[in-house]
Amino acid sequence: MTPSRAAFAAILAKDLRSELRTLQSLPAMALFSVTTLVIFRFGLDRTSLSGSLAAGVLWATLLFAAVLGINRLFVAEREEGGFDAIRLAPIDRSVLFGAKVAALVIYLAALELVAVPIFAVFFLDGAGGLGPLVAVLLLADLGLAATGTLISSMAVNSRARDLLVPLVLLPLVVPLMIAATGATEPLLALGGPSYHRFGTWLMVLGLYDLIFGLVGYAVFDFLLED
Amino acid sequence: MYGKGLKPLSIATVAMLAVALSLVFFYAPLDGDQGFIQKIFYVHVPLAIVALIGFILGGVFAIAHLRTNNRKWDAYSYVSIHISVIFGVAVLITGAIWAKASWGHWWVWDEPTLVSFLIVFLLYATYYPFRYAIEDRDRQARYASVFAVTAGAFVPLNFMAVRMAQSLVHPRTFATAEGGMPGEMMLAFLCMLVAIGLLWTTLVKFELTAKSASGQVKRLRRALDAPVGGGSSRIAPEVS
Repeated sequence: MTPSRAAFAAILAKDLRSELRTLQSLPAMALFSVTTLVIFRFGLDRTSLSGSLAAGVLWATLLFAAVLGINRLFVAEREEGGFDAIRLAPIDRSVLFGAKVAALVIYLAALELVAVPIFAVFFLDGAGGLGPLVAVLLLADLGLAATGTLISSMAVNSRARDLLVPLVLLPLVVPLMIAATGATEPLLALGGPSYHRFGTWLMVLGLYDLIFGLVGYAVFDFLLED
Repeated sequence: MYGKGLKPLSIATVAMLAVALSLVFFYAPLDGDQGFIQKIFYVHVPLAIVALIGFILGGVFAIAHLRTNNRKWDAYSYVSIHISVIFGVAVLITGAIWAKASWGHWWVWDEPTLVSFLIVFLLYATYYPFRYAIEDRDRQARYASVFAVTAGAFVPLNFMAVRMAQSLVHPRTFATAEGGMPGEMMLAFLCMLVAIGLLWTTLVKFELTAKSASGQVKRLRRALDAPVGGGSSRIAPEVS
């Protein structure tokens, strides 16, 4: 195993182990998403959703719950000296970016394992559109993780950390949200799932993932400089 | 250092603006369906084009800063984004005025270019709270450059995504710069574009000069206030 791959595996394992032991972010994200769904039920005064409304409620909920996890992503690194350890280790620093993105994707997947079935139980009439939704969720998770990790690593060293992440992240993920809701809306349509422009939206998601993954990987070295 | 050439540049800008505005009001013909209100197009579109180019330049300067670690590129990047954000406000306001006059609504979600521009503007507006939340000056400059590069990569992606989100049924109702404009209109438009570009450059140069001057004053003040023979062995204050 090359040093980079070993480092990537080590950092990812560390993050997952730490999260499993302390359970800091995941339960909060899951609970927040369920409560938000309840608020949407009363805010919109609807007991069943379909089409664009369903897609909007689902993605807004997932996005805001994700921000909770993104806020906490680098806090341990900052407080326990993880950044210094990475700077001293003889590895490519962008490995930290890759490992954190992978960890965040896993957190988001865990969040969706809880939030999406509950969303379906609360608001949807049939579970037909949920299968292909997995593809949309996966691609959107990658993009959200790439952008979120980048912003989180910059915000963790600032004064108004919890304020900065939502402020800067939300405009950046607008194209991601456009594509995700565009793909989800026909899947949750009233008459049953349809695949209108599904392939196009998946391609846009993939493009977003690619661009922000590459940008994040390229600039991360500069962020870690002392 | 920065102020050289500022006066001739300012004079050229004012002259070009005067020429372009007279072309707009006296030479370009009235639009067939929209009438006089269409003339706001000559202000709105050049402002938008120049603002977007300014944002991309901000990203380019940021790349130069990250690669060379020379602080002047960071100053260029910061000021480019600053002036472009101000132009962005003007774009949104003139766009709203035009929308109200043409369609009776101050804001319409139908026009993908305007919506994309709003999102880009909102992103660059976060540059300031983001930048000033970071205390260490070196880190602040570096993170701001990373932000400018990321935001620069974001702009084309955003325009594409918003355009795709438009329902294909909605026709484009704006007469765009490319579509069949008579020669006189095109001339007036191009002159306004050059004039607004010059205005942007003058304002950027102005702000850079002002910042550089106030930075020098601060350095001088600090050097004068420093205890004599205390920490430094220099006798005369340092002048940069």
